[in-house]
Amino acid sequence: MTIDISPSPTLARPRLDGSQFDTLDALESEAIHIFREVAGEFERPVILFSGGKDSTVLLHLAIKAFWPAPLPFALLHVDTGHNLPEVLAFRDHVVSKYNLRLHVAKVEDYLADGRLTERPDGIRNPLQTVPLLDAIAENRFDAVFGGGRRDEERSRAKERIFSLRNAFGQWDPKKQRPELWNLYNGKHSPGEQVRVFPLSNFTELDIWRYIARDDVELASIYYAHERPVFSRDGMWMTPGVWGGPNEGEVLENRLVRYRTVGDGSTTGAVLSEAADNEAILAEVAASRLTERGATRGDDRVSEAAMEDRKREGYF
Amino acid sequence: MSDLHERSLRSENQPERSLRSETQLLRLATAGSVDDGKSTLVGRLLFDTKSVLADQIDAVTRASVDKGLSTPDLSLLVDGLRAEREQGITIDVAYRYFATPRRSFVLADTPGHVQYTRNTVSGASTAQLVILLVDARKGVVAQTRKHAAVLALLGVPKLVLAVNKIDLVEDPAVVFADISAEFNSLTRSLGWSPEDVLEIPVSALNGDNVAERSVNTPYYDGPTLIEHLESVPVDAEPHRVGLRFPVQYVIRPRTTEFPDYRGYAGQIAAGEVRPGDEIVILPSGVRTTVERIDTADGELDVAHAGRSVTVVLADDVDVSRGDVIVSAADAPEPLGEFDATVCWLAEKPLRPGARLLLKHGTKTTQAIVGSLAERLDEQELTSDPSPESLELNEIGKISVRVAEPIVADDYTVNRHTGSFLLIDPAGGNTLAAGLVGDAISAVELGNRV
Repeated sequence: MTIDISPSPTLARPRLDGSQFDTLDALESEAIHIFREVAGEFERPVILFSGGKDSTVLLHLAIKAFWPAPLPFALLHVDTGHNLPEVLAFRDHVVSKYNLRLHVAKVEDYLADGRLTERPDGIRNPLQTVPLLDAIAENRFDAVFGGGRRDEERSRAKERIFSLRNAFGQWDPKKQRPELWNLYNGKHSPGEQVRVFPLSNFTELDIWRYIARDDVELASIYYAHERPVFSRDGMWMTPGVWGGPNEGEVLENRLVRYRTVGDGSTTGAVLSEAADNEAILAEVAASRLTERGATRGDDRVSEAAMEDRKREGYF
Repeated sequence: MSDLHERSLRSENQPERSLRSETQLLRLATAGSVDDGKSTLVGRLLFDTKSVLADQIDAVTRASVDKGLSTPDLSLLVDGLRAEREQGITIDVAYRYFATPRRSFVLADTPGHVQYTRNTVSGASTAQLVILLVDARKGVVAQTRKHAAVLALLGVPKLVLAVNKIDLVEDPAVVFADISAEFNSLTRSLGWSPEDVLEIPVSALNGDNVAERSVNTPYYDGPTLIEHLESVPVDAEPHRVGLRFPVQYVIRPRTTEFPDYRGYAGQIAAGEVRPGDEIVILPSGVRTTVERIDTADGELDVAHAGRSVTVVLADDVDVSRGDVIVSAADAPEPLGEFDATVCWLAEKPLRPGARLLLKHGTKTTQAIVGSLAERLDEQELTSDPSPESLELNEIGKISVRVAEPIVADDYTVNRHTGSFLLIDPAGGNTLAAGLVGDAISAVELGNRV
């Protein structure tokens, strides 16, 4: 099933047996349907792209939805200034590979001119909301795709696939529209936007299965590699502008990979030898297996840290 | 079933979930009162399929210890999540995920207070199976009947009655037999075949017959709940009509590589399509044939309902979003005026003459509601003729006139081509779940197609 979704010059493509339809096919078809609904009903949609695995899968599905036509949406990246260099390199690589349009909203611009103030803990994730909403308003985006999954965080279990936001970008859980059949209602008033979550029904394991099946190219930090890291609160942190190692924290070369991509100050790596999709898939499935009490402490802490990061995230 | 039985859900050595993706996806919903132990049952399903994270289990264990319990209170897996949310939204649908080696499940967890028909409708609209819960001590109550009627109306293919707290009744074998008989007679009167309905005695609290066969229920020799969920046959959609392919989006690359490519993108709503098939484009009525079925992965030799594809036609014809490509052999008549059953979901009541928007498939058009013909009394499964209005959560029959004809089938024939939304043209809110045709009478008469 490995495919290259860059437009191929000929239409001489394989004839596939269309009778098989498994979980990933169902999830893919649902996501593609959602992308096309938005393309059909909105004026100026945009895809939020962080360079992480979920937004990379999101983009992959979007490109598939409109193949062989170019993607009819631009990307929007909210850059905290604390990204790992590999992630920015991957972002730019993807943009040039598929010839995409990219908007970047920079937290550092807001810090520089005083519109935002650095938090005492140095964490930049909560600061992303203002640049995001400004970018949405300035570009008059009316639909904003995000890679959020309902399984990843508790408040998201009740999130609709089409989620109406007011002019302040706020979600009012009490005013959610009932979502019936696969009839998505994108009607909104001027100034309101709709956040759209095509990956709503994917679980973390589905995402990794899908990455493996479709051979989706990811940022390199997802795969085991040796890098200088220091241990903090049970996580392996990469030193950077966000600080560290502090006194008592020792820099050492370790074989690690990242499970999630985010701010360098809050996202830790895990010790891992998983260097390809198969190995990661096995690792993810196994770590879910042992979650019932037998899990190592450091795994648990990084899992919780990931949850926190997402809870504070701008989506 | 024996291989299922031998497979231990609690085995720590075997990968709990398939690394591969050959599993099927089953969409299900729950219905029932919170008091019936629904939260505990959902928590039990998540827990026994190892679908909860370590930190969640730790939190539940800690909270249970704090409450002086000796075993974790699984309802906290669900209720604990709710408590974190804003107050006042516990009436809403939540989505939960679990998986076994054979199937992945998307569970729409619908809180079951009797007045929130809209949540049951939302959850059940996509469900292939619904787990209805009753408390063994109370049996089939008015709310069970009401839920069953709404599920029948929505055409939910499969039902499970979880007879919970079976460990708390005096004579469980008799109680279970009585409840099963009553439920069977209810569901038969609502149109389900007996083979589409299963009753299971469970104790969500103890885990009896959820993932593990219970030694406490010797009078029951059927599958456990999870065995049933992963083996119950669910066809994507029964083949009652030919191809229905609502055109979502026209793919025209206009690139140097694809200067002349024109494909019609959409998700097949019913039937199947193959290259060479004769089709009709509705509402224009233009006939042509299917040249190719494209996906980004390659061409398909056949595509069934549920799959998102791009269809390339043999002739250069005029097709746009909102049109429907149907099989020439079974082309429906586009409807400009039709009867429908609606579940009213808004605070503001529906009155005859209302001017609304109607979304059907990929078409949104203006609509005028004509008469209100009847209102369903879900309690008695009878109808009130000619009501003045439909209030929140009420179900009734209306006539609708649309500005542009829609290409629909009767809801009882196909859920996808027979469903629509009514939308407030002012604020854009979803006002009603609509079912083309006489679904309401089918429920009353107990003769679903």
